[in-house]
Amino acid sequence: MIDVEKLRKSFGSVKAVDDVSFVARDGEITGLVGPNGAGKTTTLRMLYTLMKPDDGSIRVDGLDAVADPLLVRRRLGVLPDARGLYKRLSARENIAYFGRLQGLDEEILRTRSDALINALDIRDIADRKTEGFSQGERVKTAIARALVHNPKNLILDEPTNGLDVMSTRSLREFLFHLRSEGHCVLFSSHIMQEVVALCDRVVVIAHGRVVADAPPQTLRERAGAASLEDAFVEIIRQSENAAA
Amino acid sequence: MHAALTVFRKEVTENLRDRRTIMNALVRSPLLGPLLFLILFNLQINLLLKNANKPLPVPVVGAANAPHLVAALTGMGMVPEPAPENPETAVRNQRDKVVLVIPHDYARYWNRGETASVRLIYDSSDRASTQSFQRLRRMLMGYIKVTAAQRLLARGLSPSVALPLAPEKQNLSTPQSRGAMLFSILPYFIVLTTFLGGMYLAIDTTSGERERQSLEPLLANPVPRSSVLAGKLGATALFALISLALGVIGFSVAGHFMDVGKLNIVLDLGMHFFVFTLLLMLPLVLLLACLQTLVAAFAKSFREAVTYLSLLMFLLVFPSVLLAFIPVKARLWMYAVPLMGQQLGIMRLLRGHTPRAVEIAACLLGTTLAAAIVFLVTIRAYSSERLAVSA
Repeated sequence: MIDVEKLRKSFGSVKAVDDVSFVARDGEITGLVGPNGAGKTTTLRMLYTLMKPDDGSIRVDGLDAVADPLLVRRRLGVLPDARGLYKRLSARENIAYFGRLQGLDEEILRTRSDALINALDIRDIADRKTEGFSQGERVKTAIARALVHNPKNLILDEPTNGLDVMSTRSLREFLFHLRSEGHCVLFSSHIMQEVVALCDRVVVIAHGRVVADAPPQTLRERAGAASLEDAFVEIIRQSENAAA
Repeated sequence: MHAALTVFRKEVTENLRDRRTIMNALVRSPLLGPLLFLILFNLQINLLLKNANKPLPVPVVGAANAPHLVAALTGMGMVPEPAPENPETAVRNQRDKVVLVIPHDYARYWNRGETASVRLIYDSSDRASTQSFQRLRRMLMGYIKVTAAQRLLARGLSPSVALPLAPEKQNLSTPQSRGAMLFSILPYFIVLTTFLGGMYLAIDTTSGERERQSLEPLLANPVPRSSVLAGKLGATALFALISLALGVIGFSVAGHFMDVGKLNIVLDLGMHFFVFTLLLMLPLVLLLACLQTLVAAFAKSFREAVTYLSLLMFLLVFPSVLLAFIPVKARLWMYAVPLMGQQLGIMRLLRGHTPRAVEIAACLLGTTLAAAIVFLVTIRAYSSERLAVSA
């Protein structure tokens, strides 16, 4: 479970994140939605302790992310916006590298790695160097790498960016599978269909603030719109009016 | 510790698969020093030997005015040649190196036992011209000395009358120390080889990793940044060390291709030199790795890092070039100064001595301390938020 309260972060005079609070629960998929530059990536970066918040608190399974970043990182699997695979290493070696950094012993590492390679269906490419992988293959490898230590919580930044329909669908199924196992999945996106198809709960961020936090169905009803995309546009518009 | 080792092993594996790193760290930089050194040395030796033994061609104006003189100089190795039309232009245009002018009235003065004059035309801003001038002058001085003695004897006087003082030279140089003078540039090459050996890893593991955007996921692992940094530094230092060892081996191989015996000097680049050079360089390898990593960490891209590091390299090796040309009297504190200590120590090894234990200790301690300080600064730099964020 990820519990975020009153998070703030500025870069110089720019308030990237300005009072963000939400809860991502276990056994649920939570979507962080917002226009480009709304503060999604900065929020996620604070969650996986790459950045320190100026103010506010982050609790992962009850642990304080600012006070205990190393303990929190053990409980997180992270797929950053930049996938950042090592091109001169094979998919399996990429996974093993992170497994060792997570402190797994070699036998558990092998079992976990094989299981993930099977589950994500990347057996054929597992021993090839990742240079020249397709977008889909890269994302799958990066997800396997992020999950090698079997973390309770998973943070994904724009996971379906650049994926084709088939890859998107198989990724979606994989995330449902994680949810059914009781994981807490938090991902960011700016694509509405994806949010509808995946999320149990949607947190809408605009200008560094949370402007809505509800199941997709509720959001649609509240905005009085037919589709979630219309609801989204309406919510953003209202928040802009409120700010002005 | 375990994490640092994991990072270290991964960086070494990954870079061993990169042809660019292999070429630079393990082939080009260890070869560069010895090869350049070999070429420079052979050029120098050829210049010295050629000029020392080869006949000296000298155009002579008015050779007929002093046949004795010309014959005597010819006996000493000069080859008289017909005079050019305009001797000064010929020297200025570097067609001739030195021209001997014997005036018409030479014989008149000579026969009267008075001082006759000859003129040597040369250009002191031209090295070859100066060398030829000096050789011809030496020949003339020899001739003058002999003739003076003959004239004194003919008048019943001892030649010592005209020689009130004879300075005696006692040269304490040994064949090895003369060699060291010629090889004073060698420490510079050794530092350069080490620097180049680690350079690509320092870049690849920092700004390279950031440019490829893999630093962010890496830092999401439950590992302190100091461990990540230690692993990366270790890999950089290992490649620099291998490059250094190969370079020193290269120098001793190159030493076999240098005909140093001809110059009556000795160059000993054997096991003793290898072991002590590596010992003195060991803390410097760490210091350089830390400095390179620190500088590369601030670069936004691979290219920018290469530019910064080239600048750093210039800053670092410049003092050792200076030291090669400006003689300094070695004092103990100088051994404690990074780079200077290594330079002095290696020079001492080249001169055939082992540095004293306190000098080695000062060198190792001084450089290790500097490496530790830079390491701490680098850890601080590595902890900054800005560093990890790719875009």
